Amino acid sequence: MDIHEYQAKELLARHGVHVPRGGLAYSPEQATYRAREIGGSKWVLKAQVHSGARGKAGGIKLCANDEEIANAAEAMLGRKLVTNQTGPRSKLISRLYLEEAVDIAQELYLGFVLDRKEERVMIVASAAGGMEIEEISERKPDSIIRAVVDPGVGMQGFQAREIAFGLGLESNLIGKATETILGCYQVFRDYDASMLEINPLVVTRDGNLVALDAKMSFDENALFRRPEISELRDKSQEDPRETFASDRGLSYVGLDGNIGCIINGAGLAMATMDMIKIAGGEPANFLDIGGGASPERVAKSFRAVLGDKNVETILVNIFAGINRCDWVAEGVIKAIREVGVDVPLVVRLSGTKVEEGRRILADSGEKIIVADTLAEAAEKAVAAWRAATKKKAA
Amino acid sequence: MAILLNRNTRVIVQGFTGKIGSFHAEDMKRYGTKLVGGVTPGKGGQKHLGLPVFNTVKGAVRETRAEASIVFVPPPFAADSIMEAADAGIKLCVCITDGIPSQDMMQVKRYMRRYRFEDRMRLVGPNCAGVITPGQALMGIMPGSIYLPGRVGIVGRSGTLGYEAASQMKALGIGVSTSVGIGGDPINGSSFKDILQLFERDEDTDAVVMIGEIGGPQEAEAAIWARDNMRKPLIAYIAGLSAPKGRRMGHAGAIISAFGESAQEKVEILKEAGVVIVPTPASFGEVVADTLARTKKAA
Repeated sequence: MDIHEYQAKELLARHGVHVPRGGLAYSPEQATYRAREIGGSKWVLKAQVHSGARGKAGGIKLCANDEEIANAAEAMLGRKLVTNQTGPRSKLISRLYLEEAVDIAQELYLGFVLDRKEERVMIVASAAGGMEIEEISERKPDSIIRAVVDPGVGMQGFQAREIAFGLGLESNLIGKATETILGCYQVFRDYDASMLEINPLVVTRDGNLVALDAKMSFDENALFRRPEISELRDKSQEDPRETFASDRGLSYVGLDGNIGCIINGAGLAMATMDMIKIAGGEPANFLDIGGGASPERVAKSFRAVLGDKNVETILVNIFAGINRCDWVAEGVIKAIREVGVDVPLVVRLSGTKVEEGRRILADSGEKIIVADTLAEAAEKAVAAWRAATKKKAA
Repeated sequence: MAILLNRNTRVIVQGFTGKIGSFHAEDMKRYGTKLVGGVTPGKGGQKHLGLPVFNTVKGAVRETRAEASIVFVPPPFAADSIMEAADAGIKLCVCITDGIPSQDMMQVKRYMRRYRFEDRMRLVGPNCAGVITPGQALMGIMPGSIYLPGRVGIVGRSGTLGYEAASQMKALGIGVSTSVGIGGDPINGSSFKDILQLFERDEDTDAVVMIGEIGGPQEAEAAIWARDNMRKPLIAYIAGLSAPKGRRMGHAGAIISAFGESAQEKVEILKEAGVVIVPTPASFGEVVADTLARTKKAA
């Protein structure tokens, strides 16, 4: 789960990380009022969306007076921002954050992330922060400073100092940098973050160290013990199809194709999508209904998949281990009768109670295309989709 | 004797009296697993499914001489249960629980290193389908009927995709020595490489099927190990070739992730290491049959 820049900064500021003075605004009037509260003569207006690379996309604007602030706010609010990190789907701007402008002497990079190879929290830092950090890490991998935290004892002071000295900071900034790095680690650990990034972390002309931007993502498996983080969720930044599904305990990722997928298990779901593609179709989504699929859960999955107006065929592929094919079959029938399925439906059942499941489908009298194997299921789904779209075009 | 598990392995269930624990305990018992008891704190002294319930894993190990434990404890308490098993001298722990926080798993792995390598518990999972040695014993949630006893090892992240592979093999009369689900979480107890090492040493395994996915470094690491150390044929499938490039936040992920995380890159690395590639998830059966036939001819 991602949060906004201003929310991340609030968390960090509470743990000794310096951030510029700033305030939230939902309208041009609020934005200009914030400028007066903050004081100073230059401000930066920043679109609050769950994405980086906002500057290049027009989501960050330097302003010198009320008029500029109001104009920039008006131009941003209600706009949809597409950056090179959002993918083709845009993010709606409904909140703005106004900050005092900072006089920058140097831009650094500081990131905390779960490293799957080390299976620990890894800190990456670079003396060359800013937008080209990925290129730099590719071209000059040795220039990236790395440190790994022992989960038994947490991050140690010497590790933070090594990073601070490694960044080449002046001696009067080492203490501040150490405090910043340890503060970030504390936030990462205490709130079960999965990613924390300050890019840039800037050295100001007056000799301060300030987090100019902040991004944070959190481990969704740990939200049960972090209600204060759940509070920060902004559903307007999520794909509405995914929000609908995740609110119902389904794991769903929206894609751009036309064949809706209802599958159990993430690996089988990906494999089925691969198979659809091989058969010449395009999957509309990834959906893992998980273990223990009750008829109600299957019906909910149909609602989630049919919520996508691009879906022109549905493929259900269940290999039941904990699941039971008879329950899945009941769910399919329930969905047809309650939700209404007006697109071709291909169902492949396998595993526990498969005979019972197939019988329920056959006895229902509903129009269901049954498949026995994975290959057959994908081929039949693509064929049904082709036939349906041809009919629609005619 | 296959790997990890056989008909003589003495198994306990952690989270024994809960709904899910009970359901699968019965299923495992029916399959032939030597279930000797279970643990539910506060219910020690009772009987459940005709077996003794203990308050602690140590108590269960003392009374039943259990060597293996399967964990069905809910996510907030699962890490604690795994560490309890490690401390009680359990040798193999299979954790089925899905949804354990990453930081909890970091601590589990750190904790397990307190013990010397020879004494260290082996963890399989979490968020996995478990381990089955067909015809002998089941420590997991897979439907036992889809596996034919035989001489091909299976190791995979995904449970249901592993079922798909096993059933395609069964349809062609190919059996399985042991199937191991290592789970889909970013931090897991046993890696692909760990399990390949066991299969390579196992006299009852002739070839191994590895079922990987996009993300993480483990498939590439396993491929390089296999190239240098494995004599038995390794056959692999990587799910997610059609997965779109994900949305992301920030740069940190890109900075630390090395080459070899996408499905295409993984397939490339595997091919270069001499691994036989299963091109589509519908061709597990054929490719395994072909590979076995070719190896036999060569021998």
